[in-house]
Amino acid sequence: MTSIQLPDPILDRRQEIQRIAAASLDRRKIYSKIALSFCGVFLGVALVPLVAVLAYTIQRGLQAWSVDFFAHLPTPSGIPGGGIRNAIVGSLIIDGIAAAGAIPFGILAGMFLAESSGRFADGVRFAADVLSGVPSIIMAIFAYALLVKPLGHFSAIAASFAIGVLMLPIIMRASETAIRSVPSTLSEAGLALGARQATVARRVTIPTALPGLITGVLLALARGVGETAPLLFTAIGSQYFSSSPFKPIAALPLVVYQDGIQAYPDLQRTAWGTALFLILLVLLLSVGSRLGAAWLRREKR
Amino acid sequence: MSETTTQTTIQKSTAGRRFRLPAVHDRYFRGSLTAIAVLFCAVCLTLVVTLVIQARPAFAHFGFSFLTGTTWDPVRAHYGALPFIIGTLETTAIAMMLAIPIGLGTALFLVHVLPTRIRSPLSTAVELLAAVPSVVYGLWALLVVAPWVRTIIEPALAHITGGAGPFSGVQLGVGLLLAGLILFVMVLPTMVAISRDVITAVPADQVEAAYALGATRWQVLLRVVLPSARVGLLGAVTLAMGRALGETIAVTMVIGNSTAIAHSLFAPSATLASIIANQFTEATEPFHLASLIGLGVVLLAVSIVVNAAARLLVRSVGNRGTSSVALV
Repeated sequence: MTSIQLPDPILDRRQEIQRIAAASLDRRKIYSKIALSFCGVFLGVALVPLVAVLAYTIQRGLQAWSVDFFAHLPTPSGIPGGGIRNAIVGSLIIDGIAAAGAIPFGILAGMFLAESSGRFADGVRFAADVLSGVPSIIMAIFAYALLVKPLGHFSAIAASFAIGVLMLPIIMRASETAIRSVPSTLSEAGLALGARQATVARRVTIPTALPGLITGVLLALARGVGETAPLLFTAIGSQYFSSSPFKPIAALPLVVYQDGIQAYPDLQRTAWGTALFLILLVLLLSVGSRLGAAWLRREKR
Repeated sequence: MSETTTQTTIQKSTAGRRFRLPAVHDRYFRGSLTAIAVLFCAVCLTLVVTLVIQARPAFAHFGFSFLTGTTWDPVRAHYGALPFIIGTLETTAIAMMLAIPIGLGTALFLVHVLPTRIRSPLSTAVELLAAVPSVVYGLWALLVVAPWVRTIIEPALAHITGGAGPFSGVQLGVGLLLAGLILFVMVLPTMVAISRDVITAVPADQVEAAYALGATRWQVLLRVVLPSARVGLLGAVTLAMGRALGETIAVTMVIGNSTAIAHSLFAPSATLASIIANQFTEATEPFHLASLIGLGVVLLAVSIVVNAAARLLVRSVGNRGTSSVALV
């Protein structure tokens, strides 16, 4: 028997397939390289303006900074050397009152969300999410209609109300997450010892969730301090020093806005200086809240 | 004898305390938590109702033509919202046309190309920038970017396109284009942060399976990661859009605040939010104020719809990064 040497169909095709595959691989690799370098360029495009904002604000802001800048009151326009003491105090008062209202309210509402299930809780959670996306100028109109129009004058307390409504959903959702992350074994142990729910909440849940709660509060403060729109027709701004919650008051974001849109270099200097102060304040609060969150994650592990 | 009696009395009284009072207390506790939640709902409802009531004179007088009217003239007391609805849509469209590809590309690059050591500080930096107050972006846009747009970007665009249609007219720097650009910069951190969360949540076994089949990195991203993350990405886009629609102070500073419908990208314009911020304190005439609050009602309605849609989309993905969502 002589074996007939048949041509191997697979062997023939194999080389062709390998050639095609090699060509295709090269092509795919090149496509991939090109597309990914576009993504890299986009990352660069994204970072440039963000870095530029910071760089400009630091450069221009530092030129405006001096001891007097923080210690003095604004001077009448045209006279150099004005400061932002009244705006610092004003922002402290506005955001202090807002926080005093929104923190306990938000944490308790967050506790309700963490410990309830069902349709009502879902609805409240959804409302909080939607409220956190409502433009801040709407809060200003709300505060104006409730507190400025009936009283007949602008006031710090109306601004506090607008900022407080803004902070509320942020605190609620962060508190919910923090309280949910408390192991149920801890609170069950408390209940098994015969403690009341309120006692367990006060002595077990809240202390354990504290870093998370602080994270939420700092996040809300960072947002509240920097917002300008809710202050526009509530606190309205002032050239004078005031510490009364019931009078028009100056605030840091308002100084940046009102001085920044003027054509006088002196006022623009003040605006840059205040902007730098505001950015540092907000970044400090944000970094603080981030550190709190990181600490929380490490604890959980 | 008497001692035993006292003991039983004590036992009885403590027994009563131990087994009845806590239940009552717990009910009070739960009740007050629920009351707080109800109070929160009441605040939300009051917000909506107050705005609608305050805007009613305008709605009652102009009816549906409040939405379609093209003139906004406080002197003749004639108010139509269309110029601002168009202005809002135009600025948001400019911002999103840039933010979607650039934000998505950045998020893909962050998650799938960069090594972890660079990735986490870089994404933290991007997220921290979301916290920079909008008034600072406005100041920077007005004093630094506007002259640059006037002398470089607008002449270049006019030169390339021959100055036709949307690229015609006086080059001011301040206007529709600058407002869209600054909105793009402001929504970018939101877009990147949420896209990054969504892309990270794509199951690793799917990605690894695609690599095992010999796909290149770009093929994996295009054919596996993006399709798998599409719902969440749509949510990210919608959330960013919601932010762009309602952004107030930075836009007010750079858009020029003109109440006419802009016929060029270079022309001044106004958005719903910016015209409220710009005219509210000057509105002495009651109709003017009611009409401005009417614009607020339109803005509120749009933002509720957009945000509700976004939350539903992002929520359906599950595994939400609380930090970045809360930043929005």
